[in-house]
Amino acid sequence: MKISNMKELLEAEVLCCEENIDKHVYSACGCDLMSDVLAYVKDQAVLLTGLVNPQVIRTAEMMDMICIVFVRSKAPTDEMLALAKESGIVIMKTDKRLYEACGLLYTNGLVGNKVK
Amino acid sequence: MGEELVFTFDVDGDDFTSAGQASVQIKKNLRQLGINPEIIRRVSIAMYEGEINMVIHAGGGEATVKVCEDYIEIILKDSGPGIKNIDQAMQEGFSTAPDRIRSLGFGAGMGLPNMKRYTDSMEIDSTVGVGTTVVMRVNIV
Ligand SMILES: Nc1ncnc2c1ncn2[C@@H]1O[C@H](COP(=O)(O)OP(=O)(O)OP(=O)(O)O)[C@@H](O)[C@H]1O
Ligand SMILES: [Mg+2]
Repeated sequence: MKISNMKELLEAEVLCCEENIDKHVYSACGCDLMSDVLAYVKDQAVLLTGLVNPQVIRTAEMMDMICIVFVRSKAPTDEMLALAKESGIVIMKTDKRLYEACGLLYTNGLVGNKVK
Repeated sequence: MGEELVFTFDVDGDDFTSAGQASVQIKKNLRQLGINPEIIRRVSIAMYEGEINMVIHAGGGEATVKVCEDYIEIILKDSGPGIKNIDQAMQEGFSTAPDRIRSLGFGAGMGLPNMKRYTDSMEIDSTVGVGTTVVMRVNIV
């Protein structure tokens, strides 16, 4: 799935690195706990989260993720957007809740990583 | 032995929002050096976990990364409260992080085991009331 397809499915707004929305992603992870993202994520390129602080961006950067979706209308700060821009990470926000956002992507073919 | 490159950072313990800056910078430096992406990923994750630990548990410290011919060494040194029982701290799920830290997305007790998993060697030297030094190595094959 392309990041641009995710944007449509989630009725999301792109907040930075729009130039990268044609990139393909193959799996995603929905999580508010960065400890778990660091410990369990393997090849997921997309992070959906309701947590808003600069560590979300840095965690995604450490994990080589290329897109972050903030759910429940949570808006990242300018500082966070600046960090994301430096790393080329696409940032989006959607009104949807985490459960619904993940469900929409999953049912449309963006399945999670099956290996633990 | 070829020449080794050394990077050093002060890790600020008062400002959680800046935690992880050193690791982000190291990741950039290693990319510039053309290091294998999988090695970079392992070094970054291990260092980031350790850097966050220094900020949330030890009030900051110093991070040093040495890039040698055969391995990358990460040294994280703090003058925090120290770790009373290292075996216990190494267990998945063990954490003394307060709720304030959990609400920031950390404190699940996964960091130290994760650091061990992503590195080829890890040593913790800690004295209660004096501080903690963590030395990790990732081999460059
Ligand atoms: N530098 C340090 N100084 C003092 N205590 C530490 C330090 N690093 C870790 N600890 C202790 O070891 C425990 C386990 O650390 P670990 O990184 O595994 O988990 P955590 O930091 O609590 O949570 P997480 O890493 O999942 O966010 C910590 O809760 C803390 O009590
Ligand atoms: Mg930790």
